[in-house]
Amino acid sequence: MSEALRMFGAIAGAWVRAGFTYRTSFVVLTSTGMILTFLDFAIILIMFSHLDALGGFTLTQIAVLYGLSGFAIGVADLLLGNAEMLGQRVRDGTLDQMLVRPVPALVQVAADRFALRRVGRVLQSGAVLGWGLSAAPIDWTPLRVLVLASALVCGSLIFASLFVLGGAFQVFAGDASEVANAFTYGGNTLTQYPLAIYPVEVVRAVTFIVPLAFVNWYPALYVLGVDDPFDLPAAFQVASPVVAALFVAVAALTWRTALRHYRSTGS
Amino acid sequence: MPMIDVHDLRRTFLIRERRGVLRRTRREVQAVDGITFSVEPGEAVGYIGPNGAGKSTTIKMLTGILVPTSGHLRVADLDPSRRRTELARRIGVVFGQRTGLWWDLPLRDSFELLRRIYRVPTPTYERNLSAYVGLLEIGDLLGQPVRQLSLGQRMRADIVAALLHDPEILYLDEPTIGLDIASKQRLRTFLRELNADRGTTILLTTHDLVDIEQVCRRVMVIDHGRLAFDGDFAALHAAGQATRTVVVDFHDEVPPIDVPGSRVVRVDGVRQWLTVPAGTPTGPVIAALASSHEIADLSIREPTIEDVLPHLYARP
Ligand SMILES: Nc1ncnc2c1ncn2[C@@H]1O[C@H](COP(=O)(O)OP(=O)(O)OP(=O)(O)O)[C@@H](O)[C@H]1O
Ligand SMILES: [Mg+2]
Repeated sequence: MSEALRMFGAIAGAWVRAGFTYRTSFVVLTSTGMILTFLDFAIILIMFSHLDALGGFTLTQIAVLYGLSGFAIGVADLLLGNAEMLGQRVRDGTLDQMLVRPVPALVQVAADRFALRRVGRVLQSGAVLGWGLSAAPIDWTPLRVLVLASALVCGSLIFASLFVLGGAFQVFAGDASEVANAFTYGGNTLTQYPLAIYPVEVVRAVTFIVPLAFVNWYPALYVLGVDDPFDLPAAFQVASPVVAALFVAVAALTWRTALRHYRSTGS
Repeated sequence: MPMIDVHDLRRTFLIRERRGVLRRTRREVQAVDGITFSVEPGEAVGYIGPNGAGKSTTIKMLTGILVPTSGHLRVADLDPSRRRTELARRIGVVFGQRTGLWWDLPLRDSFELLRRIYRVPTPTYERNLSAYVGLLEIGDLLGQPVRQLSLGQRMRADIVAALLHDPEILYLDEPTIGLDIASKQRLRTFLRELNADRGTTILLTTHDLVDIEQVCRRVMVIDHGRLAFDGDFAALHAAGQATRTVVVDFHDEVPPIDVPGSRVVRVDGVRQWLTVPAGTPTGPVIAALASSHEIADLSIREPTIEDVLPHLYARP
């Protein structure tokens, strides 16, 4: 594990250094990225100039939901967003090259073309989250702090697993990055809002099938002290670590299976 | 203990094809269809065959990229697909049509990154880098991003990259594709010396028989996923009924010449083509020609892959 991290650092470091050789473009890309993601939250701000609550949630509470989800996908995207390019890698043969190097392929997939500018989303979401947490009425207890902290880690792991699953799917199928994107970025957009506004089928799907509700919804209910509008078991609100561990295991197994069924290309 | 040990190795690909709007058919391609061979440490083996014969598929199984459908496979006593990352330290791979370098990084950074990935000790790295960069003459290119290199420059850089960690085995899949004659020659000399001096085991696929003649002592021919031949060069020429061709221009038109040990295969005005089995000297034939007729010009054409291989493929 530490070896994998060391290798990630070595490869990502080379890309960061190469990226810094075009310093202005780095600054421009990072700041435009941050502005774009901020606009994303501005839509919610504008909405709240006409309403007081959405699905029973106030603006500051939604900021917590938004911040948790954005932070999680931001970290996952920073570390594993490149898995999205796997279809391309299969076709241009760079996956073959990765497979003959003495570093786990996933580490190389993650670190290759590592783009530090993706940190913009993490910073922006972190800021929104910080504001939401300080402005929303929260009765802080040690357990609430723990649930919040674990939500940041587990949410990132859940999104990271989704990226890996999407990548594994592309290794099987040769392509179809759009399908993978629908789950990751689509899932992020979906969870920016309180699940209370969606039909119960959606809530079931993101609880039992693709466990996105454990990224921010359940931990936020617990931290904010809000009752679950769908009356699902209260244990779900502290279950993110278990769910994340399971989902990581599923993703890891799927990835290994995908590599064992990899067919490369004919040329 | 052999370096590469392969027994009844197979790999099939399932191909799904669309026929019309709704009809789909499934077809199996036997890319590698039961091959058996072994390679001892320090051997240099040429692996040849027509397009689609299964050469690249074999190399991808030997490196662990593809999992075999069935059969026994050991490289350096490891099962490649299961111990892929472990094996990776001990092998070097060059795919001619693709680069193992990073397109956007300067060549020097690519090499440096490989040093860290393979954890090459600094003295080894520096010794190898300066030796190979010098031998393959890419010293002036180290500051350039790989995407700016020409095909031949990139190929040489790729070969340096594959050797920085002192691999025991070097796989080369069409390393001379697209190279000019001088670059090919330089590369062949380099590979021959690498094999002789360092004892690096080499497995080389190519469509240029000269590559094999100059680098390898042993040839394996694959066709339709099966080994059609495995042996040295003389045996290949014998098995493939290879012939050298003597092209003679006489001063005057003469009837087809009858010289023992040769056969006239074509006549065009004053020019005649005589074939001589490869492995038998052409000297006596030429002497006989010169003693009986006046010769204006003469040349000898060596057998090529195109001449030799069809005979092997045609056999059951
Ligand atoms: N990824 C793949 N999917 C489907 N079929 C494949 C794949 N890779 C190879 N094949 C098929 O397997 C057979 C062997 O291909 P391979 O690439 O091993 O040939 P080759 O000997 O390297 O040929 P060439 O000289 O053209 O490089 C071909 O019929 C090819 O179409
Ligand atoms: Mg090939």
